[in-house]
Amino acid sequence: MAKTSRNPDLIRGVGKYSRSQMYHKRGLWAIKAKNGGVFPRHDVQPKSEPPAVKPPKFYPADDVKKPLFNKRKPRPTKLRASITPRTVLIILTGRFKGKRVVFLKQLPSGLLLVTGPFKINGVPLRRVNQAYVIATSTKVNIDGVNVEKFDDKYFAKEVEKKKKKGEGEFFEAEKDDKKSLPQGKKDDQQAVDAILLKSIECVPDLKTYLSARFSLMSGMKPNELVF
Amino acid sequence: MVKGRQGERVRSKSNQYPNTSLVQIEGVNTKEEVSWYQGKRVAYIYKAKVKVKGSHYRCIWGKVIRPHGNTGIVRAKFTSNLPPKSMGSRVRVMMFPSNI
Repeated sequence: MAKTSRNPDLIRGVGKYSRSQMYHKRGLWAIKAKNGGVFPRHDVQPKSEPPAVKPPKFYPADDVKKPLFNKRKPRPTKLRASITPRTVLIILTGRFKGKRVVFLKQLPSGLLLVTGPFKINGVPLRRVNQAYVIATSTKVNIDGVNVEKFDDKYFAKEVEKKKKKGEGEFFEAEKDDKKSLPQGKKDDQQAVDAILLKSIECVPDLKTYLSARFSLMSGMKPNELVF
Repeated sequence: MVKGRQGERVRSKSNQYPNTSLVQIEGVNTKEEVSWYQGKRVAYIYKAKVKVKGSHYRCIWGKVIRPHGNTGIVRAKFTSNLPPKSMGSRVRVMMFPSNI
């Protein structure tokens, strides 16, 4: 519980309530009444002996600076009010620039989890940064889509195990294991998209809308566009 | 991306300050319209004879900082100062970082 003062500042250094009013507010009268008219007094307790500390065996030659204690807790970036789950977003950069895409949820790193759906516009389950996205006012029904299992670790790059090369293998051409998507990820994509596709097909023209790319035409001013 | 022309440097009568360039964005004609573009990234793309990273095209990135005057001209600062030969040339104003 944060220690808030019951005496708000009028100006810095000047409180709203006087000493006698604060006495009443803090309930000191009640504490005294509980203690028989006198303020409770705690006698000094003899300090318990601190546990014997063995002198360390090793002292470093130079004084090592301890790093400052960091109390910062990382939080996901604040989502723009226009971006809510179900919104159709326009991706602005990267491979999928101009694609209209369905927003699923915000991941703990702050990035947005997004899917094409893959069948409609080729955008897989992907992470996107909020700053590189325009939120439209179009919404898609995503009831029933289970996105619990997706977090940032799901999208982490797989760490390759270092293969120790024997002499013979040195002369062989490096066998590139073609990195195809693991079947599990393809299944996840299909599971999410199956439900999305049904709700998209219910809305007229939404499918063609999502498969079309966004682009600025001649004479279009983005500062005047309403998304 | 929105098309723009960049040209003059920020200058007074006899001194110019090459770290900031002025950009005229197409279709933007008032100071109020510039507020949408503030912070947006700007790219000056040019060609060179020597291939760098597999391409003849090179780019200097920058961003829109603030309006310049009342008629929609914009000040842009680039990662490195724009070369004088670029005066009057095309510049691309991107739609990111987006705030919509």
